Amino acid sequence: MAISDVKEYTHLTEDEVEQIGRELDALRKEIEESRGDADAAYINRMIRIQRGLATAGRVTLLFSNKKPAWVLGATFLGLAKILENMEIGHNVMHGQWDWMNDPEIHSSNWEWDTAQPAEQWKHSHNYVHHQFTNVLGYDNDIGYGILRLAREQKWHPANLGQPVYNALLATLFQWGVALHDLDIERIRKREKDPKEMLRQLKQIGRKIRRQIGKDYIVYPALSGPNWKTTMTANATANLARNLWAYMIIFCGHFPDGALHFTEEELEDETRPEWYLRQILGAANFTGGPLLHIMSGNLGFQIEHHLYPDLPSNRYAEISVRVQALCEKYDLPYTTGPLHRQYGQALRTITKLSLPNHMTKSNQPEQPQRAGAEEEAPRNRRRKSDAERPPRRTELGGWSRGSFAYDG
Amino acid sequence: MASSSTIPWERIRRVGNQLTTPLRPDDYLSLLNPLWSSRELRGRVEKVERETEDAATLVIRPGWGWHYDHRPGQYVGIGVQVDGRFQWRSYSVSTPPARTGRTISITVRAMPEGLLSSHLVNGLEPGTIVRLALPEGDFVLPEPPPEKMLFLVAGSGVTPVMAMLRTLDRRGTLPDVVMHYSSPTPERMIFRDELAKLHDKHDSLTFHQLHTDIDGMLELQDLDEVCPDWRERETWACGPAPMLDAITEHWEQADLEDVLHLERFSLSVGGEAEGGTVTFQTSGKTAEVDGATTILEAGEEVGIGMPFGCRMGICHTCTLTLVKGAIKDLRNGEEFSQPNEQVQTCVTAAMGDCTFDI
Repeated sequence: MAISDVKEYTHLTEDEVEQIGRELDALRKEIEESRGDADAAYINRMIRIQRGLATAGRVTLLFSNKKPAWVLGATFLGLAKILENMEIGHNVMHGQWDWMNDPEIHSSNWEWDTAQPAEQWKHSHNYVHHQFTNVLGYDNDIGYGILRLAREQKWHPANLGQPVYNALLATLFQWGVALHDLDIERIRKREKDPKEMLRQLKQIGRKIRRQIGKDYIVYPALSGPNWKTTMTANATANLARNLWAYMIIFCGHFPDGALHFTEEELEDETRPEWYLRQILGAANFTGGPLLHIMSGNLGFQIEHHLYPDLPSNRYAEISVRVQALCEKYDLPYTTGPLHRQYGQALRTITKLSLPNHMTKSNQPEQPQRAGAEEEAPRNRRRKSDAERPPRRTELGGWSRGSFAYDG
Repeated sequence: MASSSTIPWERIRRVGNQLTTPLRPDDYLSLLNPLWSSRELRGRVEKVERETEDAATLVIRPGWGWHYDHRPGQYVGIGVQVDGRFQWRSYSVSTPPARTGRTISITVRAMPEGLLSSHLVNGLEPGTIVRLALPEGDFVLPEPPPEKMLFLVAGSGVTPVMAMLRTLDRRGTLPDVVMHYSSPTPERMIFRDELAKLHDKHDSLTFHQLHTDIDGMLELQDLDEVCPDWRERETWACGPAPMLDAITEHWEQADLEDVLHLERFSLSVGGEAEGGTVTFQTSGKTAEVDGATTILEAGEEVGIGMPFGCRMGICHTCTLTLVKGAIKDLRNGEEFSQPNEQVQTCVTAAMGDCTFDI
């Protein structure tokens, strides 16, 4: 059952919740004040490595008719795209590096190497997902409007196809993301402002033209007689990035233990309660430093949700402190190896393709309100911005149309 | 249309963009050589030459996009990364504009509480990459120069005047110039040897030095002795704010403010706006401010990561979009009220309620 009150769910007193808020605020301040040269060097090193890999990949693929060059070039390019999307683009757009006052590494003008325009990403992700994390009807990332991922979401016969939709989403992930902020569900119900829709579509069209042009026209053309093999290598690099990004992102909120919330939780939600919702709603995964870099440090999903705009290279040290805090207050802290976390997400996708009465929940035992178990799944209509509470500031900015994409 | 003899850089760049989108070619080239980018003006510190105990000249080689066409007396913005964060200040260029320029020089005095100036004088290694802003300022040598000139400078206020003197010297046409230069001690006098040489070389240059720790400050009523014909001279003054205020008053009394040029390196806030509620649109925060609080301060107060540079209206790093409402430039009372106007936040205050896009 989704949580309608985090305080009640966690059995914490008002004072304890306030105290957790103060401790997490203090931790934020501590990290903010210690940002310095080493952090700046980190992101600059990542950018150098990423651009080096991209260049190496593109040059190698000019000779893509040779099998080893094809494999090596596609690998370099795939790694470059993953690194750009995960550790650089996503985090820069959250404003994690804005404190450097460097206009070349800034959330206001970063554009990333994928089909979705940065402006739309900052709206659908920084605002809609990060502020309303796992709140049914508010967070469009619960299943992305394609999958049923919470038992509270109403079952529909179309959900039977979930395993197939899931495989398609994984393969075509960048295109799914590109259309995400359009909000197909609201378009279908004719609730979307047609002018805004047209504006967004044009923006996506411009971006896609350049992305496709680069990978499937310009570089193949430069490869001359090897144009065909360069094209397949580029497609492979894009596919690898799609599958990887999909898997990492599905490990953030869909493993068992990452809980959902009802809109009642949002009513008068205080900052400490917002913190608690982030801890309860997110799931980490464990791994070495390289895995964390390649996944944009989203293995520290809980820490990222508590502090979306603190530099990603600090999440590891933050997680030690957050775990200690969770232990102190007996709060759940969901984590596990990547394969287990993804396995759980996959299991939920499969199970929830069927109606609730045919399967059993894998979510941890929760204290129940009297009669809650019998409550029928509500049909939650997706909200428009006008119906959402105003945004919080620590999520990273988004602004409409003030920075036109010109790259 | 570009003529066939010149390289069509714009077209090359557009083609390059196709290869590097969503980045630009410069984003890659600047990794090979940090100066190969015109996206942000950059420069490499080639030399740090000590002038006095607390002042140094930085010789900077600018990268792509720099035209060496500053006018003698203008200043440039310089952004240096300190503790990972770019901090901006503005300094006068002390080198004359050069047709075959390769470097520019700025001379910096370490101020007792100036974190950045101390870092520039004492902590900057040759090879450091800095950011630059294009030259600006009206405190310049006119073309052609007037026949009789007076320079009144104190401390590091000598730097823009030095650019003018060097330009005149290089052209070999130094007009009738009187220079009065105040410095606490002879040792702290920047460019003292070079000025002495210029004085020996040019009969038309009169050079007065005043060591204020020993002889006290220049009293303007004594100006008639130092430079009896000061009323006939076009005058350039650069130094601390109290000195410039006194000079302004003195020239106004003589009804000569038209021939007086001043360079201030600190923000002197004049008029007050009435204040109001400042709304920061994207972050959803608001601040109630009085008419003396700048928009930049208002944003920082409520915890918004406002972009800023020099904080005195020079470098334009702080520019934001004024979505609606009216604001006033505190330096000169100029008002801005066009919707979606680009404005500097560090020198403006609210005139009633206004909204910014950040």
